[in-house]
Amino acid sequence: MSEIVLQTKGLKKHFPITRGIVFQSKVGAVQAVDGVDLELRRGETLGIVGESGCGKSTLARLLVGLETPTAGEINVRGQDMTKLRGGDLRRARRNIQMVLQDPYTSLNPRMTVGDIIGEPFEIHTDVVPKGDRKARVRDLLDLVGLNPDHINRYPHQFSGGQRQRIGIARALALKPEIIVCDEPVSALDVSIQAQVINLLEGLQEELGLSYIFIAHDLSVVRHIADRVSVMYLGRVVETGRDLEIYEQPTHPYTQALLSAVPVPDPTLRGHRDQIVLEGDVPSPANPPSGCRFRTRCWKAQQKCTDEDPMLTLRPKSAHASACHFAEVRDVVHAVD
Amino acid sequence: MTDIKVKNEFLPIDPAAPLLEVENLKVEFRTANGVAKAVNGANFRLAEGETLAILGESGCGKSVTAQAIMGILDTPPGYVTGGEVRYRGVDLLKLKEEHRRQVRANRIAMVFQDALSALNPVFTVGFQLGELFRKHRGMSRADSKKRAIELLDQVKIPAARQRVGEYPHQFSGGMRQRVMIAMALALDPEVLIADEPTTALDVTVQAQIMNLLAEVQRERNMGLILITHDMGVVADVADRISVMYAGRVVEEAPVYDIYARPAHPYTKALLESIPRVDLKGQQLSVIKGLPPTLTNIPPGCAFAARCRYARDVCRQDPVPPSYQVTHNRTSRCHFWKEVVGVE
Ligand SMILES: Nc1ncnc2c1ncn2[C@@H]1O[C@H](COP(=O)(O)OP(=O)(O)OP(=O)(O)O)[C@@H](O)[C@H]1O
Ligand SMILES: Nc1ncnc2c1ncn2[C@@H]1O[C@H](COP(=O)(O)OP(=O)(O)OP(=O)(O)O)[C@@H](O)[C@H]1O
Ligand code: SF4
Ligand code: SF4
Ligand SMILES: [Mg+2]
Ligand SMILES: [Mg+2]
Repeated sequence: MSEIVLQTKGLKKHFPITRGIVFQSKVGAVQAVDGVDLELRRGETLGIVGESGCGKSTLARLLVGLETPTAGEINVRGQDMTKLRGGDLRRARRNIQMVLQDPYTSLNPRMTVGDIIGEPFEIHTDVVPKGDRKARVRDLLDLVGLNPDHINRYPHQFSGGQRQRIGIARALALKPEIIVCDEPVSALDVSIQAQVINLLEGLQEELGLSYIFIAHDLSVVRHIADRVSVMYLGRVVETGRDLEIYEQPTHPYTQALLSAVPVPDPTLRGHRDQIVLEGDVPSPANPPSGCRFRTRCWKAQQKCTDEDPMLTLRPKSAHASACHFAEVRDVVHAVD
Repeated sequence: MTDIKVKNEFLPIDPAAPLLEVENLKVEFRTANGVAKAVNGANFRLAEGETLAILGESGCGKSVTAQAIMGILDTPPGYVTGGEVRYRGVDLLKLKEEHRRQVRANRIAMVFQDALSALNPVFTVGFQLGELFRKHRGMSRADSKKRAIELLDQVKIPAARQRVGEYPHQFSGGMRQRVMIAMALALDPEVLIADEPTTALDVTVQAQIMNLLAEVQRERNMGLILITHDMGVVADVADRISVMYAGRVVEEAPVYDIYARPAHPYTKALLESIPRVDLKGQQLSVIKGLPPTLTNIPPGCAFAARCRYARDVCRQDPVPPSYQVTHNRTSRCHFWKEVVGVE
């Protein structure tokens, strides 16, 4: 196994809820990310899935330093980012970059593509000497499959898929080892999505990159990820190799999530084990006691209210699962 | 539905005619950048109890087709420039606006992708639902409130009696979509058009909404047009599929046939670009290039620039006609036989 490049321990982000305009008082907190442990190895892709509001983007923003954690550690190559300051922090941050979902709003419309991709060099001035920057930007354009002669064009002159390539080129500018992709293909049509996924996979192989790949499309994550973590209400509830998560899920939430994904094969209609969850996700400002999934779980018992299940190996789960009663249920394959 | 509750002397309805037929529908947008030909001769037909999926990439004209059927096109800049939309034999495009409005309220209803913007934020959900009954059915306040609660109950809003007095922002995304469905169903339409009803929702909520739609459709024997780009959803619920590309239906077939043996290269390429479990570790197959600009659609087949079967004849007018592949499926590809794999 290759070495660990990124590791978090007990990572938390709570957003205060305040009341009052002049004299603000804190009346509670949104527990957007609440104790996440994860590990990413060199050359590996860790997929993160979960429903809207479960904390995926907040986690991504914490990892790249756009949010300050409430608690916990973010270790990049053994250095705790949360303890670094000034120049040390800036240098450490270079190593972990981000690609965002929306190729329409994440690029400044008034900047040329060359300026957008070269912007990181203006911030981290010691990386590439001024005279070489343009050549470096042209190389980056070429690397992501865009025409280097289009360096002076503006974002609106590119299609959605091409704009996503621009975002990727920019993330690569500082030669990071780790790229956090927050829903990088969600806004794209399937035919364009495939082009961007192939590009990301090609770059990973060529440059030895490690990816955190966040998406709500479980089949895309299955295609690209080596390991997968499933999030619910700010916590990771199950984590394992892609095969373990997709074929031997042991957490009821993972099972429900997988079973809800429609399969593009009409012959399986009515032959799938579909678990339809009742109710809505509780508010992250006021999560249930014990197991956070218990208000929607069909297996819930008294123990689930009293005891918070840890993310760990269990008698009937060969990979980490945060369920007291973890047990394999294959929901993806057809039932007769 | 024989139980007709509205004045309809203006509609020379033929009960034996097909529920809904769209023939050679054309829509264009006249903008400063030129004329965008958004729909260029769309054809399909919907029977009672049937689910027709309209599938295609962003910008191919799915929503505009739905808007033209409903008579809610943004005019200007949008204009219907040709074709017919026949409901029980009556061409809706020829009706006066007030009659059109009657049809829209009572016969053909629509659910939009974004429920929040389709609901009025300043009125309670119950008031908005009740108003439909007061306005179109002349019901009293008390009766319309009762009906509103019944409907919310039917779309499985928990504690409907309490929630009827709440405002849209107090509902979750999935519940708002249920309210939208309740509003669309309120006046017992025969046709429901759902434009990406679950695209903004999570998969577990999507599953709830799709089950709900399937259930009400079965109960009421409605015709359902489901607009989507999700090939999983289509495989789960559709009876027939119309695949659109650059404003045309390029392939139309029963759902099993399309997934088993597509007869148009675009459909085939779309199916191949879905990530598949058994092909993990391999490159995804891609459709190279982009759809044509609608202000400047090339002659011949609009897919030619991206098609791996294309020959010279494809790049010349006329546009490939709708070839009859079997008695119940068509393809607008000159070389459909090669694509399907029959000689
Ligand atoms: N700056 C903020 N202030 C207060 N609450 C926030 C802030 N950012 C996020 N949240 C809340 O934190 C929770 C997690 O949000 P986050 O954006 O991380 O979810 P997500 O998993 O990325 O969802 P989606 O799939 O919709 O992108 C949500 O309840 C959100 O409302
Ligand atoms: N009000 C408008 N003014 C100008 N052009 C418009 C307008 N509405 C739609 N169009 C154009 O018509 C074409 C078809 O749009 P339509 O909304 O039907 O696409 P769609 O298939 O529904 O796509 P999506 O999957 O993104 O919803 C697009 O190119 C769009 O830009
Ligand atoms: S711990 Fe209990 S409530 Fe939580 S997922 Fe397991 S069975 Fe369900
Ligand atoms: S008509 Fe020609 S270009 Fe069009 S889909 Fe068929 S083979 Fe391809
Ligand atoms: Mg997010
Ligand atoms: Mg649309």
